[in-house]
Amino acid sequence: MYRYDEFDAGFVAERVAQFRDQVARRLSGDITEEQFRPHRLMNGLYLQLHAYMLRVAVPYGTLSGKQMHMLAHVARKYDRGYGHFTTRQNIQYNWPTLKDTPDILADLATVEMHAIQTSGNCIRNVTADHFAGAAADEIEDPRPYAEILRQWSSVHPEFTFLPRKFKIAVTGAPKDRAAIQVHDIGYHIVRNEQGEMGFAVYVGGGQGRTPMIARKLRDFLPKKDLLAYTQAVMRVYNLEGRRDNKYKARIKILVHEMGPEEMRVAVEAEFAALGSETLSLPQAEIERIQTYFALPAFADKPEKSAKIEARRQTDPQLAAFIATNVAPHKRAGYGIVTISLKPIGGIPGDATADQMDAVAELAKTYSQDEIRVSHEQNLVLPHVALDDIPAVYDELVRQKLATANAGLITDIIACPGMDYCALATARSIPIAQSISERFGETKRSADIGELKIKISGCINACGHHHVGHIGILGLERKGVETYQITLGGSGDETCSIGDITGPGFSTDQVTDAVETIVETYMTLRTSKDENFLAAYRRLGMKPFKQALYERDTGASI
Amino acid sequence: MTFFKNGAFVEDNWRHIEEGEDAPPAGHVILPLDWWKAERAVYEGSNAPLGVKIEPGTDISEYAEDISRFSVIALVFPKYNDGRAFSTAQLLRTRYGFTGEIRAVGEVLIDQIAMMERCGFDAFEINNAPTEKALRTGAYTRFTHFYQPALTKEAPAGTRPWLRKSS
Repeated sequence: MYRYDEFDAGFVAERVAQFRDQVARRLSGDITEEQFRPHRLMNGLYLQLHAYMLRVAVPYGTLSGKQMHMLAHVARKYDRGYGHFTTRQNIQYNWPTLKDTPDILADLATVEMHAIQTSGNCIRNVTADHFAGAAADEIEDPRPYAEILRQWSSVHPEFTFLPRKFKIAVTGAPKDRAAIQVHDIGYHIVRNEQGEMGFAVYVGGGQGRTPMIARKLRDFLPKKDLLAYTQAVMRVYNLEGRRDNKYKARIKILVHEMGPEEMRVAVEAEFAALGSETLSLPQAEIERIQTYFALPAFADKPEKSAKIEARRQTDPQLAAFIATNVAPHKRAGYGIVTISLKPIGGIPGDATADQMDAVAELAKTYSQDEIRVSHEQNLVLPHVALDDIPAVYDELVRQKLATANAGLITDIIACPGMDYCALATARSIPIAQSISERFGETKRSADIGELKIKISGCINACGHHHVGHIGILGLERKGVETYQITLGGSGDETCSIGDITGPGFSTDQVTDAVETIVETYMTLRTSKDENFLAAYRRLGMKPFKQALYERDTGASI
Repeated sequence: MTFFKNGAFVEDNWRHIEEGEDAPPAGHVILPLDWWKAERAVYEGSNAPLGVKIEPGTDISEYAEDISRFSVIALVFPKYNDGRAFSTAQLLRTRYGFTGEIRAVGEVLIDQIAMMERCGFDAFEINNAPTEKALRTGAYTRFTHFYQPALTKEAPAGTRPWLRKSS
């Protein structure tokens, strides 16, 4: 894991001191809420429906046990005993008081954490594959580059007042778990024909009210040019991006309006013209930062764990957990354990302080002191010896964290929706809960297989509904919540935006509609190996539309 | 309005020419860019010190040949959060070699001034009372750690080539 040196600590300490001063000025009435707004937004503090909300950055989703303990401490001391992990690998606290926020930031700084640039029209928390550094299919760990980008983009003097927020994601495996094609910039680590490592560069993806898949501007960018190329993209966007309409201000609209080829020409021209400004990354410095993320020393283990095999026979629940929640690790005899924050009928992404403490302890004991937050709002223990999985599982059961549903229909992404968010037009959480309860932790759910449901409570799409295999968008029509359903979206390397089924469904109908879609899939799939997305891509919308809107009993759904 | 340059409040020797004003007297005037475009022949062969005011959204590469003619370039912030002028200032210094005064005009606030300086601004027209007060009393946070090289004089720090530290 990255460790702050004196410089990094000094940087964060100065920002905490500044924010403390700004909060004091606000509390004393020296500045108005309007004048305070830009200051609080620079530090991730939003004013929500009921209270302030603080969003704390978890850079590229990587946490140590000590940091997770601190998140638990903040939840307990300053909030109501829980926190909410988000689709941007961050954590949000829904109930802090304004006067406490400087203390929260000071506490976080003691474990090398902060809330800088988790809001505002700047470069946001840089995200990465949540299996980075552990996944069996990885070419290279993306986190050193995410860390370099995080540093360089922190309080960048030229790029802090962009037309709109800006999200960068980096991934280092052929399987894209970081959804890079729906980011403003996506960097995909690739090897070129000469065997050198670099990045394929995607620009202009995004969700929100105008979902767009990023365009590839470069097949291969040498590593040394990472910052210079990013600077060129940022400068073109800062100067040319629209500022007349906040809904057309993201870089995706600029790429769309200029055309991807024009955009590529403009970025390459800027990149070529940087001259003395060119900030090259020396290989030695890349390597120095890579050492922070070096694979831990693992004891050699047999490929198969006798302990697991013995218990698997008598414990079908453990077997189910391993089947869904354990992914292949780089090293034989190890696994990547997903801790689902989607208990059946629960609130997606929420964790209590006690659960956070328990996960921190599990990480210390069994996972090289490392935890990941996934953009699917789960936690991950990236380095667990297969022999230890029964013990980890038993503790997760005690903590009510052992739901065996990673990647299944009940592993639902949902934004906070109208239960918390000032922008929402409909509730998301109760819909997620209802679907989760309908399918449950059952043989049927397991049989349905991989199916990503994503729910947003407004067109800003924080719940990523556009890239859900089944996407649900909550809208308000004449004072009534209505839910539009999309099918066939995907955020991975085969990125696609879902298609709308047709008219929306009421709160009471939406779970039935999802069930109808799933039943249609189950009837039509060629075999269990054809997952929902593959079946939808083969079949198209027609059979689903018929099932939803044209059957005799249609009036009842 | 007060005028803050190179770390001190000083008298502003320059006057903005507004659209519709009569032909300006020679020297020490800041012309709107359109004015300059229309009337530039008037200044042909003249050494009178001139300034120009550039609104965001202007493609300054179209004026590459003219830039060295000016002693002052004023860049407009219509709102504090319209960040285009940060890039324009940076380009004027690094790509067009402009060594004259770059002044920030419009909504210039205390929390942006240090960033403006790092992008090449050296003069500020201050219309915001709390900002003026903060500058006069020195009651604002000064940062010393930066994750980017900039146009201000800061020393590199450690082995990371993007770090800068001021004393």
